[in-house]
Amino acid sequence: MADMTADHMPQAAAKLTTADGRPLKAALARAQSSARRRAFLLVLPLLAFVLLTFILPIGQMLHRSVHNNGFSANMPLMTQWFADNPIGTQPDEAAFAALATDIKAAAVARTIGIVGTRVNYELSGTRSLFTATGRKADDLAPPYQAALVAADEQWADPVLWATMRQVARAYSPNFFLAAVDLARDTDGSIIRAPEDRRVYVMLFIRTFVLAALITVCCLILGFPIAHLLATLPLRWSNLLMILVLLPFWTSLLVRTTSWIVLLQGQGVVNNTLVATGILTDDTRIQMIYNQAGTIIAMTHILLPFMILPLYSVMRPIPPSYVRAARSLGATSWTAFRRIYLPQTLPGIGAGALLVFILGVGYYITPALVGGASGQLISNLIAFHMQDSLNWSLAAALAAVLLACVLLLYWLYDRLIGIDNLKLG
Amino acid sequence: MKKLLALTTALTAVAFTAQADVTVMSWGGAYGEAQTNAHLIPFTAKTGIKTVMVDSDNPATPIKAMVEANNVTIDVASLEYADAIRLCDEGLLEPIDPAILPAGADGTPATDDFLPGAITDCAVSTDIWSNIFAYDSSKLTGTVPTTAADFFDLEKFPGKRGMRKGAKAVLEFALMADGVAPADVYATLDTPEGLDRAFAKLDTIKSDVVWWEAGAQPPQLLADGEVVMTTAYNGRIFNAAIGEGKPFTIVWDGQLYENEMYAIPKGAPNKDQALEFIAYATSTEGLQAQAQQISYGPARKSANATEIIFKDGKTVMGPNLPTAPENLANALETSSDFWVDNDSELNERFNAWLTAN
Amino acid sequence: MAADTRADGFVVFDHVQKSYDGETLVVKDLNLGIGKGEFLTMLGPSGSGKTTCLMMLAGFETATNGEITLDGRPINQVPPHKRGIGMVFQNYALFPHMTVGENLAFPLEVRGMAKSDREAKVKRALDMVQMYAFINRRPAQLSGGQQQRIALARALVFDPALVLMDEPLGALDKQLREHMQFEIKHLHDSLGITVVYVTHDQGEALTMSDRIAVFNDGRIQQLAPPSDLYERPENAFVAGFIGENNKLHGKIEEISDGRALVRLPTGELIDATPVNVHRKGQSTLVSIRPERVEFKPELLPPGAHAIDAEVLEFIYMGDLFRTRLRVAGSDDFVIKSRNTQGQRMLQPGEKIRIGWAPADARALDPVN
Repeated sequence: MADMTADHMPQAAAKLTTADGRPLKAALARAQSSARRRAFLLVLPLLAFVLLTFILPIGQMLHRSVHNNGFSANMPLMTQWFADNPIGTQPDEAAFAALATDIKAAAVARTIGIVGTRVNYELSGTRSLFTATGRKADDLAPPYQAALVAADEQWADPVLWATMRQVARAYSPNFFLAAVDLARDTDGSIIRAPEDRRVYVMLFIRTFVLAALITVCCLILGFPIAHLLATLPLRWSNLLMILVLLPFWTSLLVRTTSWIVLLQGQGVVNNTLVATGILTDDTRIQMIYNQAGTIIAMTHILLPFMILPLYSVMRPIPPSYVRAARSLGATSWTAFRRIYLPQTLPGIGAGALLVFILGVGYYITPALVGGASGQLISNLIAFHMQDSLNWSLAAALAAVLLACVLLLYWLYDRLIGIDNLKLG
Repeated sequence: MKKLLALTTALTAVAFTAQADVTVMSWGGAYGEAQTNAHLIPFTAKTGIKTVMVDSDNPATPIKAMVEANNVTIDVASLEYADAIRLCDEGLLEPIDPAILPAGADGTPATDDFLPGAITDCAVSTDIWSNIFAYDSSKLTGTVPTTAADFFDLEKFPGKRGMRKGAKAVLEFALMADGVAPADVYATLDTPEGLDRAFAKLDTIKSDVVWWEAGAQPPQLLADGEVVMTTAYNGRIFNAAIGEGKPFTIVWDGQLYENEMYAIPKGAPNKDQALEFIAYATSTEGLQAQAQQISYGPARKSANATEIIFKDGKTVMGPNLPTAPENLANALETSSDFWVDNDSELNERFNAWLTAN
Repeated sequence: MAADTRADGFVVFDHVQKSYDGETLVVKDLNLGIGKGEFLTMLGPSGSGKTTCLMMLAGFETATNGEITLDGRPINQVPPHKRGIGMVFQNYALFPHMTVGENLAFPLEVRGMAKSDREAKVKRALDMVQMYAFINRRPAQLSGGQQQRIALARALVFDPALVLMDEPLGALDKQLREHMQFEIKHLHDSLGITVVYVTHDQGEALTMSDRIAVFNDGRIQQLAPPSDLYERPENAFVAGFIGENNKLHGKIEEISDGRALVRLPTGELIDATPVNVHRKGQSTLVSIRPERVEFKPELLPPGAHAIDAEVLEFIYMGDLFRTRLRVAGSDDFVIKSRNTQGQRMLQPGEKIRIGWAPADARALDPVN
């Protein structure tokens, strides 16, 4: 049957015309085009919204992660000199003259700090070299090489010149290198960052491990609840569902702060344990300001994201499947494992993916309850966004995170299949 | 409430002039309250220009985003010294001509009246504050900590420590606790060995540290009994102790003091009013008024000439200020030069150290 | 099949009661014996307790009181997977994530059967329902009828002595349903298994069963072979539930010798056989099957009473003519006549006289 239609289709389609002799396909396309146009107009606002608020910012972020013109935009002559002279050229008087002219101009334009900051990202301790020289820029007179080296002998340092050459290119992979704990040597080759500054790879790993752990906790806690919700009479399950959703109606900060009240050293849980004699004052458990705090609070906050997809998958599974398995001779455990569990896989997949991806990106909760050991990569992204103001590095870190999540998504698609996903 | 007060007082003057609000961003808590009472409300009363106070964990951080997005919503920001220098160099602040600053009450020109370094290209000092550490004297009885070294002594004083999450002030404090003389601290920190030494000192208490980020946290941590001692901004502890009667005691040994600066973000919507506000707030009168609210010292000689009494009407502020001679015995002024240069590298290393298990 | 197999019952319900809420009984004192090899149907409207009885037998519900025995063994405490009862569910309950072959192998697998034995058994069971070609399909790729066969094969593959079927044909269209009725009956006959079948479709029950237990209100109203049930309903519920039937209210005028005369409210007299009415003056509901009503006076038995009727509607149904009449003031009296050579087609408005053999009209207790 299927084969027959397949054989006939190409011929038939080529010949078919409408009653008035127009090709059928063209007639169909015309008939559908107005419907398509209407449909497109209907989704246009959403499309524009997504483009403006999602695609564009992400594009900007990706651009910023490889683009930083802090140096090239404010030091045009210097940038030109680097472009004209190949790597290894000794800086001559022309180079120093370009440098001095640029510094003078930047000092007037109050952009010398931006230049210094850009160089300082790559070579620590150089920001004040630029700003201090900028303040004395009016005193600089030819010959500039001597004048600059007299102002600060660091201007003669070949490492500084190598670094300036690197940052003179607005587009640079250096922020990505930094995001994975790599750095550039003075000759431009890629090396690992000094050991005491390697933090990001470890944090990425920790983020993914913790997110996985939180996902597992959510699954273990959420599965029975979702099952209960799915099997209880609607009247009771609705009430329970409200309890499950209740956290959604409370502010994230309130929820996180209540965990602090509960879990801290002098908190409710410890006090209760001490009062009941299970613990003494000296053995109070440290449950917050560490990884345990992050895991507990985030499991609680993300639990509904596990329960809802599970519930939506479990609700339509009729009890007759398990009954059938039981009547066919399976113990209740076998019936659960072989019959019920496989049917909930789309929900488990969706819930796990949801919780994991949200967990990977959380930062308020770990910042508040994570202490030092419970910090995640997102906290450092926030740090570079808000405190160090190294947005290019923040963007590079975010891009790496995005890539990792997309990779996981792809893996999930390969292993389980994305169509096997049921979000609700 | 504060805003309401500001509004009602402003209403009397607003009849003849409709001015836009001057928005001041500061650190919230006791400090923000002190600035509101000492600067915002009297300024509005005097000029009729309405003022608004907004809080931030660190007012320096939103400025770059605001300026780059061309959407500056604040007129005045209260900044740490190094941040004021750095943001100024990056062209993110408006320059302030010292000529607009009023002469001292005794007639000394502003540039001579201010302590050295208290006026920069883009910012003017509003007070001198300090990083100190403090303990709850109702809980620590018997031997009490008196030196920076005691903060790191877990045997003598077991229990959790609170510390600000960040490299600045923490590294200097660690070195001073390890016996480095204040004068040598930055020279030591500038060498790899010195840096290692600071981190090694921090290692000795790392597992017992609760890290805080907002200035309002340390008094709370102490009050909750979550830590036995904590580093803090001295004014926060003073206000909790004197203002609210908390049994907190400040240890001045190893303190790090610096100027707090008022600055105007580039492109501030009400730049002229903001300049007027800063001129008023950093006058002798303005600085004294603030020192009556919180124990941060004025950076004008003329403001220190007379005795300042706390708002409770009896506590003499002098001995409670970072600049009191007895508090400066083993003290260090934060080096903005050092932090402008090494901020990113040391914070990176600090983060690496912090997150490593 | 003997009328009462309780003594040698393969399955016995002994004073079984069931309540879900502790306030009302959904099954009230059920006593039922099912013989080995019997095809017993539990028939009744929804909520009558028939499915609950089946679930108690399968082990998914526990009896609140009373004892159920299977082959002489009390099974109240035996969990479902140890009862060895095959079951076919209303929605087939084929495991959607397994192929047909895996579905059938499942009961054998959990019994620890070797792979080669399993394959042979699966093949035999699939051949039995002519579905071996579909062994590698998923349930979702099969039509309803095909799924039904697979469900049947799966319930039979592990050779259970007892198979329960819970409205197994409910989701199929009429033609397929009738075909499957025949197939199930055929399988029952050839395998010699005992089948307990639950349905609310009386036609299905009449076609397939050895005996039918008519359930209503938590009780068995009548337990009898199909012909008895149809021709000799013991109460008004059974009469009304099984097949189409005409009801005439009246009072017993005369009762003797297994014959009764009933006076209708309009004053006319009709013949009836008393079933659960006993004395003169009692009110009664007389039930007459439409196909047993005669409108040609010459065909009426001698001495039978006839009454007036007016034709309201005539429906041509192919093999049958269905005519609606006004009789004794009510408008829903129906008669059916076969479409035979020369059969009369009554015209609306026509006035006729109808009657029946006294044995075909049953005077029942109207209370039920």
